[in-house]
Amino acid sequence: MSSVAVAHELPHAGHPAPTSFWRKYIFSLDHKVIGKQYLFYALFMLVIGGLLATLVRYQLAWPGRPLAFMGKIAPEGMPGGQMLPEFYNSLFTMHATIMIFFAIMPILIGAFGNFVVPIQIGARDMAFPTLNMLSFWTAVPGAVLIIWSFFVTGGAAQGGWTSYAPLSAITPRGQTLWLLSLLVLGISSLLTAVNFITTIINMRAPGMTFFRLPLTVWALFITAILLLLALPVLSGAMIMLLFDRTLGTTFFLPKGLVVSGQPWTNAGGGQALLWQHLFWFFGHPEVYIMILPAMGITSEILPVFSRKPIFGYRAMAYSIMGIAGLGFIVWGHHMFQSGMNPYLGTTFMISTMVIAVPSAIKTFNWLGTLWGGSIKFTTPMLHALSFVSMFVIGGLSGIFMAATPVDIFIHDTYFIVGHIHYVLFGGSLFGAFAGMYYWYPKMFGRMMSERWGKIHWFITFVCFNLVFFPMHFLGMRGMQRRIYDYTQYAHLKGLQPMNQFMTISLFVLGIAQIILVFNFFLSMRRGKLAGNNPWQANTLEWQTTSPPPHENFKGSVPSVYRGPYEYSAPDHDADFWPQNEPPSGARPAGAHAH
Amino acid sequence: MTPRRSRTGLARIAAIVLAAAALPSAATALPFWMKLPEGVSTYSGRVDGLFRLILWITGIIFVVVEALLLVFLIRYRHREGRRPRYTHGSNRLEVIWTIVPAVICVVLALLSRATWADIKQHLPKDGVQIEITAEQFAWNVRYAGLDNRFDTADDVLSLNQLHFPVGQPVIVTLHSKDVIHSFFLPEFRVKQDAVPGLSTRIWFEGTRTGHWEIACAELCGLGHYRMKGFVTVETPEEFAKWLHEQAASAAPEAAPAAAPEATPAASPQEAKS
Repeated sequence: MSSVAVAHELPHAGHPAPTSFWRKYIFSLDHKVIGKQYLFYALFMLVIGGLLATLVRYQLAWPGRPLAFMGKIAPEGMPGGQMLPEFYNSLFTMHATIMIFFAIMPILIGAFGNFVVPIQIGARDMAFPTLNMLSFWTAVPGAVLIIWSFFVTGGAAQGGWTSYAPLSAITPRGQTLWLLSLLVLGISSLLTAVNFITTIINMRAPGMTFFRLPLTVWALFITAILLLLALPVLSGAMIMLLFDRTLGTTFFLPKGLVVSGQPWTNAGGGQALLWQHLFWFFGHPEVYIMILPAMGITSEILPVFSRKPIFGYRAMAYSIMGIAGLGFIVWGHHMFQSGMNPYLGTTFMISTMVIAVPSAIKTFNWLGTLWGGSIKFTTPMLHALSFVSMFVIGGLSGIFMAATPVDIFIHDTYFIVGHIHYVLFGGSLFGAFAGMYYWYPKMFGRMMSERWGKIHWFITFVCFNLVFFPMHFLGMRGMQRRIYDYTQYAHLKGLQPMNQFMTISLFVLGIAQIILVFNFFLSMRRGKLAGNNPWQANTLEWQTTSPPPHENFKGSVPSVYRGPYEYSAPDHDADFWPQNEPPSGARPAGAHAH
Repeated sequence: MTPRRSRTGLARIAAIVLAAAALPSAATALPFWMKLPEGVSTYSGRVDGLFRLILWITGIIFVVVEALLLVFLIRYRHREGRRPRYTHGSNRLEVIWTIVPAVICVVLALLSRATWADIKQHLPKDGVQIEITAEQFAWNVRYAGLDNRFDTADDVLSLNQLHFPVGQPVIVTLHSKDVIHSFFLPEFRVKQDAVPGLSTRIWFEGTRTGHWEIACAELCGLGHYRMKGFVTVETPEEFAKWLHEQAASAAPEAAPAAAPEATPAASPQEAKS
């Protein structure tokens, strides 16, 4: 523990409170300001990603029906309002790219990670505040590049978010900007990962041992390690693809490539499948990078509103580690039908089946946490419960595609699209909403409206299921994903009414988010004052003011005496017991006694 | 206090009525929507059998978990004066719910393994030889002809027309000229990517005659959605007759025209070897 105590005396942990507007709100070193910057960044991109999805769904509901106003907004992609197939391909490519890299990751890791982790571990800031500022300001040009790519000749990238080569090597210029954007964003994520790992290892308050860390911190710690190990592989692959596109290399371009009847000039020697191996070696851990923080947030919120300790704290921490470790040996399950040696399919099927186990452990522990509790249905709790119930669907549907013979049929169909949305919307996004409603009072000092929060939750939850559950049915009928006009196929023609139903549900889902926007911004001024600890929670962020002062804690940093989930302890009067509250009769122990 | 209480009471009644109406209607709609297309290959039944087995297992787990969740939410909702149960967990339960899912998953993997091997690993020794070369946005089909050997005079070429006889294994060698495509026969439960630079062999056997479609399942560019082909499964006699007709109608110019067409298709094979 002494090293932890020493860390807090190091000068780098402190920086003077800024006074100028620029240093305070724009180029801030304060992790809380950077967290909020990420929050606004992610919410802005979430809106863009959502609008792209709406256009995708419009085309699927009414293939080829013109949309007059879009003819003015996007005259090249939708001349006269009529959507072109290549524009449709750009839409789903950019929807996925923006949602994954510019919305879900920044909101979970950038926003909540930055805001919450240092306060929860009792630190004054991140280990490297300047690096932290740089990671946000590296993410901004990434977003500029990706939005810019819509306006270059030929439009934005259209090879899918997976950008399989050789298609991604021969498509128009937007793909190059896509690569540059994600390379820049990758640097930002790596800086963040290094900062989180260093902060969590070195900056914990006295008494904050690893097994007293809130599970949010555990989840973000492991997420940062995943980022650090997986992202360089993607960056390497993207640089190779960039070279194939611009410098005439042939990493992914095999011999004898003939495109539109013409031999491709720089083909020869490369391997198309290499891209998939590299991409999915990153891509599968990436799925856990997006779900682990949401699991952490859920594990944080369920005990607070059940007034009961988390069930199986250590099992929860170990299962996070288990998921992360196994996540690196399952990438081949995205490639069962890719032409990869079918013997490898069996290997990857077994590792994929095994990774279901830690997820099952987590789900049962969440149920165990609710069992015997005193459950309060606040807005954050409703979102956390939605996470649990929807993640169950996303997890179970994964077993279908893990079984290699079944995957033959459902691979690249809407079944997969349904599965990924139950994990990333039903899981990650409900987790993000839960975190937003939960920490909003700490971030802005005022409560969001509970009533409007519940209305928003109800419509979102119902419409989410109406949009995404039928995707499983479409997949079972054999409807391929990424298809501009499925009515071309005799066996898919009959699916149009179902697609229309889903699209109308999506419109309602989208409109309901306006409630959230209003609730979010109006509550900053009009919300009820939150006070330090509106949810009567134990973790350290609730033991300081809302919002916390510069450097988070007045006076010295807190000392920690117990785990984060001591609710309704029999030997304590109140039903919550803050981590930093000295045991009755005892003097604060350790180096920080004063 | 009283108006508030009656309002939550109303909301609760409304929720129950809604649930009572929604559940049965959803349940009756399910069999209509949860349908796989008719299976017409010798192994489609095995694939569907596994699908149904997994559907049952995950369906039961789903219902049990969500029901427990709902029961807990109702049973343990906040009530003044009731003290929550203070517990940090149970090692015995942790062990149980680690082992049970692990066993289920391993059993599913073992059951899947044999079917997968029969479909993708063990190709039949004899079968009708067909070579398919995908390109943006068409399927070039080459038949080995009556002698069932490629690069002989009776090879037959067709565009987007896949004919094969019922009741005989068909061995397809897949190539691609440009980008990755995926050869998808939904009703036959066949899907295999066609990768440039690779030569991939798959097999299937039709169980009844009829007409179906080839779909491209891997995004391959702006014409991906219309990269459609047609499948005709016919009796061996009809198939032989069709081959004969094709060879005859193409005979005058087919031999010289076939050669350049075949070269790009053959080169990926060399790249692999």
